[in-house]
Amino acid sequence: MIAARPAAAPPLLEVRDLHTVFALEEGAVRAVDGVSFALERGRVLGLVGESGCGKTMTALSLMRLVPPPGRIVDGQVRLEGRDLLRLPEREMRAVRGAGLGMIFQEPMTSLNPVFTVGSQIAEAIRLHRRVSRRAAWARAVELLDEVGIPEPQRRARDYPHRLSGGMRQRVMIAIAISCEPQVLIADEPTTALDVTIQAEILDLLRTLRERHGMAVVLITHDLGVVAEQADEVAIMYAGRIVEHASVLDVFEHPLHPYTQALLRSMPSLGSERRRRLEAIPGQVPDLLHLLSGCHFRDRCPKAIGACAEQDPPLEEKERQHAAACIRV
Amino acid sequence: MISLAPLVEVRDVHKHFPIGSGLFGRGRARVHAVEGVSLAICAGETLGLVGESGCGKSTLGRLMLRLLEPTSGDVLFDGRSLLTLAPRELRAMRRQMQIIFQDPYGSLNPRMRVASIVGEGLDIHRLGTRRERRARVAELLELVGLPPDAAGRYPHEFSGGQRQRIGIARALAVGPRFIVADEAVSALDVSIQAQILNLLQDLQRRLGLTLLFIAHDLRVVEHMSDRVAIMYLGRIVECGPRAEIYRNPRHPYTRTLLSAVPVPDPRRRKLRMALGGDVPSPVNPPPGCAFHPRCGHALEVCRRETPPLETGRGGHAVACHVFPAEGVSAADGQEV
Repeated sequence: MIAARPAAAPPLLEVRDLHTVFALEEGAVRAVDGVSFALERGRVLGLVGESGCGKTMTALSLMRLVPPPGRIVDGQVRLEGRDLLRLPEREMRAVRGAGLGMIFQEPMTSLNPVFTVGSQIAEAIRLHRRVSRRAAWARAVELLDEVGIPEPQRRARDYPHRLSGGMRQRVMIAIAISCEPQVLIADEPTTALDVTIQAEILDLLRTLRERHGMAVVLITHDLGVVAEQADEVAIMYAGRIVEHASVLDVFEHPLHPYTQALLRSMPSLGSERRRRLEAIPGQVPDLLHLLSGCHFRDRCPKAIGACAEQDPPLEEKERQHAAACIRV
Repeated sequence: MISLAPLVEVRDVHKHFPIGSGLFGRGRARVHAVEGVSLAICAGETLGLVGESGCGKSTLGRLMLRLLEPTSGDVLFDGRSLLTLAPRELRAMRRQMQIIFQDPYGSLNPRMRVASIVGEGLDIHRLGTRRERRARVAELLELVGLPPDAAGRYPHEFSGGQRQRIGIARALAVGPRFIVADEAVSALDVSIQAQILNLLQDLQRRLGLTLLFIAHDLRVVEHMSDRVAIMYLGRIVECGPRAEIYRNPRHPYTRTLLSAVPVPDPRRRKLRMALGGDVPSPVNPPPGCAFHPRCGHALEVCRRETPPLETGRGGHAVACHVFPAEGVSAADGQEV
């Protein structure tokens, strides 16, 4: 939607009207409720929102790794034009790795504690490529070096508990890029890390992206991280994208009242103390009890009666700047 | 509004935790969680305490409340040492100091109704009649912005932000003068975090509270604090008025921390100061200045001698041989 491209070639990744539903006893939760976006090679899309907004479920849906009782019920996920949702699981396994790689928030729980980090990277490589154990191990050491782990030969023989949180996240990144994916999905990759380590990991992701030309879907709740890393931004609220534009437009000229409120509600360095933060009233929405029409309307300063009547569609309001709000 | 007399003060406190299982506790390794910290908080002031995980900031907060016994050093409240108080006196003193925890999920008893959680302190300190306590609970719920019917409900019925309001009401119940807020907004979403920060500021102003605001988020600390202290591996490395720390940081660690904070302005994508390596283990902290293995400015003296925290102009204190506080002379020596 954002970047210009030759009319003939499909975008690298295109998501169309994706719906993922959790059938719970209390009712159906529409965790991903009609999400659409496109992403070109080498670009970084920041997917932003608060807890429960559906950003992680969107990522897991792209990977077809939605945990039960969740299920993708509708939509398309096209990688170079090929719809991943129609692939047999065996082919999808090949896509995970070489097509889409993913890193998670918690590097502690995503690594197996009883295998060395080198063997876990080598295993990931051998899942996708017919190479000898020895070659896979050598590649694992190379990858550890590439993600900035000192003494990679020695570190490859370490178990995960011997590594710090930042080092473990580097190992996860090594695994995710081991098969040179076209799209890297990074789900809150730095949220569990201290700020100095976060900065290093973000710098590493940028270096790798530039070197390999990967596209990145960067999922985060931190608007500072998005401002630094993303080319374009999609803001999610209650399972839907409510605004999608270039990073400059989102920060300097946000259209959706939720985006505007989010930007005003956070303290930033250099702000005057005692300036009251403009908090968004109310609570983060409960997906089991959503309002009709626009889900944000009970917290929105601009809401009118008509907001209850229809789901506002995500429409281009200005050039390459889409928002889902009837008041814009 | 801020008085000059310190309400809370720690003097050269140390806290070591034994780890591992040496035979009969002999030869055990020790974590040096807090290493000789001296710090005073004035009445009505908010002191922000910043540092990365494992730097000892939470331990220091608990030492100030005497929820932990210091290995050595002294802790004073209103000029009296908490360490020499008789148990009964200490219990009475506890009314004046409270804590708000990070985790609004784990820190509330799921089997107790909100009225009992908030009113528990009143019961323990035998404050008021039953009717007065009930009225006080209702008043507290209103004060923190919860509906009156919250009293009869259980914690799981509330969202994270509302639970943090319950935790704040509980802390305020006994009428404390000093509150330690330990990562009180870290687990909350941005839109809710702003609500709780505003609430804490309003309450502080209305009730004249003194606050130790512990957090790892430098943006939030700047917003909340009058003064800020930066901690690294158990020591305060820099401390001063908020504007001094944020506009004129001296210690290389403080400068690295500030440069690492992502700025929510896509036009100001900046080159960060790189910081090699991870935080060293507090079991075997490096000799000399604990930051020297990661510091780009380290001199020979930094490996040898721990720099003292020295106060210069404008109440700005720095513990650094190379970049001491303004008005304090630097060490000379060879770069290493």
